[in-house]
Amino acid sequence: MNLSKTSKGIGGRGFSFDPLRDRWAAAPGSARWGVYALLIVGAILLPSEAVGSFMAGGGGDWATLLSDQITIYILLGLGLNIVVGMAGLLDLGYVAFYAVGGYTIGIFASKFGWHFWETLILAILFSALAGVLLGAPTLRLRGDYLAIVTLGFGEIVKKTVNNTQYVNGPRGIQGIPHPPTLSEFEILGVQPLKYGLLDSRPYYYLLLLFIIVAIIFTKRMERSRVGRAWASIREDEDAAELMGVPTFKFKLAAFALGAAIGGSGGVVFAAKQTSINPENFTFLVSALILAAVVLGGSGNIPGVILGAFVVAWLPERFRELSDYRMLIFGLALMTMMIFRPEGLWPSRQRKAELAEGTGGMGSMGAEVAGPDTAGPGTAGHTAEVGK
Amino acid sequence: MLLEIKDIHVHYGKIAALKGITAAVDEGEIVSLIGANGAGKTTTLKTISGLRPLSSGSIVFGGKDISKMPGHKRVVAGIGQSPEGRGCFPGMTVEENLLMGAYARKDDHSKELAEAYELFPRLAERKTQMAGTMSGGEQQMLAIGRALMSKPKVLLLDEPSMGLAPMLVQQIFTIIQEINRRGTTVLLVEQNAQQALQISHRAYVLETGRVVKSAPASELLDDPQVRAAYLGGDLSEETAAPAAPAVPAPVADTAVDADGTPAGEEPDGPSLRKSDG
Repeated sequence: MNLSKTSKGIGGRGFSFDPLRDRWAAAPGSARWGVYALLIVGAILLPSEAVGSFMAGGGGDWATLLSDQITIYILLGLGLNIVVGMAGLLDLGYVAFYAVGGYTIGIFASKFGWHFWETLILAILFSALAGVLLGAPTLRLRGDYLAIVTLGFGEIVKKTVNNTQYVNGPRGIQGIPHPPTLSEFEILGVQPLKYGLLDSRPYYYLLLLFIIVAIIFTKRMERSRVGRAWASIREDEDAAELMGVPTFKFKLAAFALGAAIGGSGGVVFAAKQTSINPENFTFLVSALILAAVVLGGSGNIPGVILGAFVVAWLPERFRELSDYRMLIFGLALMTMMIFRPEGLWPSRQRKAELAEGTGGMGSMGAEVAGPDTAGPGTAGHTAEVGK
Repeated sequence: MLLEIKDIHVHYGKIAALKGITAAVDEGEIVSLIGANGAGKTTTLKTISGLRPLSSGSIVFGGKDISKMPGHKRVVAGIGQSPEGRGCFPGMTVEENLLMGAYARKDDHSKELAEAYELFPRLAERKTQMAGTMSGGEQQMLAIGRALMSKPKVLLLDEPSMGLAPMLVQQIFTIIQEINRRGTTVLLVEQNAQQALQISHRAYVLETGRVVKSAPASELLDDPQVRAAYLGGDLSEETAAPAAPAVPAPVADTAVDADGTPAGEEPDGPSLRKSDG
């Protein structure tokens, strides 16, 4: 067990981000802010044609792909990362909160004439409330059991809207207004604050703003008492309770905050599309967002962004392969998980947890016993023999 | 009495794990719960620390009924536990683990941190190492040190010797005595009955969810029934006597092997005794 640990657990198989991470930790504050600024400038320039001609294969519109797929996935990935990556709760029904956001604006904007920003706030509150409603009765469950219940919740939300006449059942809600135009000002041929039908770029910038806010918020959380409580729950829930961490309360908070971010994504999605229907909120979305988080390296924000980007972009980039692209995509995901189970860009803490065998999905369930994951007794024994 | 459990029943689903256990721990004592696998020792500890709900009965701590209090509040009340299988946070460093132990405290905890490092110098050497990469013995030390960080009035220890080499077992038990001497009451759960009884004041023998015997530890050490069931009976004396008659430690080691600790222990057991002799 010790041998296998050093060969692939802590050392990491293949490419490791550790040198980069050490450089980053040692870098002065000004250098870091420089990098942040460069990243933001890069993100602002991203929808340009020069990038788009390569990124969007098969004649797709790059700006539309960015705003409809990639940024939405990144935002949802960041939200789910709070639940899965930080608190270690396996949620297979995350799309439900996305749907709550979408339907909140759908109902309040098209039926009551609320405008975008009002519904946004309302949607965030509603989806957080949905998170609490789902969490309160279910968060006593762990690991795979929780996953099954959340999966059920996602389906309940979809089936409910599908069968509710008030929201037109399967036909969905049409005529959701675009966000009101804030300003007509133009820069380099873009009107970034004019939300219309033709140009996708303003929506991209709006989502980019949401993403930046979500990142700052998550980063702050991670370093706080809340973040430490989440980490302890993720690594060993019983031990966390024994340290005096009110585990139930913090799990509920993780659900609510993750849900709020998912809901805000749903609002922008609905406002951009102007129509939504239950088919926009299938299980596949939950699965893909979860895949994005795990593939990227759950718990690590840059990793999650990378993972969401890959999951959203790859199938679109290779549209010319038509039906085969999903097959290839699936194979690529499997290959990844075999050779790099900790994700493309994992956090160091997460890697150590995986090596220990729980994979950070809690101490019970959601854990696959393998040759590396012997029980604690045997683990201790092997370790002692080494002396 | 500092801690009293009165006729507690605990169920896992429909299966009764505890069928009316009554026990008490007085301030300053080391009390052991001994018994075979499945006797309900760990469940008793988990129920005291609030990880398992009671079906009936009550737990009184410091004169207050805490039966309904959630686990995280019992820590603040003064119950610290080192869980079974150590339960260190593998992705946190040694120091982060110890600081998690003081999570519920609002006052200054530097004194306890220094004390943990003093009790376990090994941890001080490995402050920045990830807990998941440490050996079983080190993780056990960390779990105990972490439980002490909350400044508990009573420390619950669940199988501190599990999976450790005999020499380390000895060391851990010495430290438990030292912790007790510094004023912390200890409730100890052990399969390694011989060792546990040697350092305890009193002990309870558990069998299938019931207390079958309770007495001062020294009495239980001499009790023929207990000897036969948990201490390897007369066998241990016969085999140990010729090997090392004057030193008490090897006697304990033989008993460890004889009373059914994990079979994996054996390869290093004999070699250790050889080097001792």
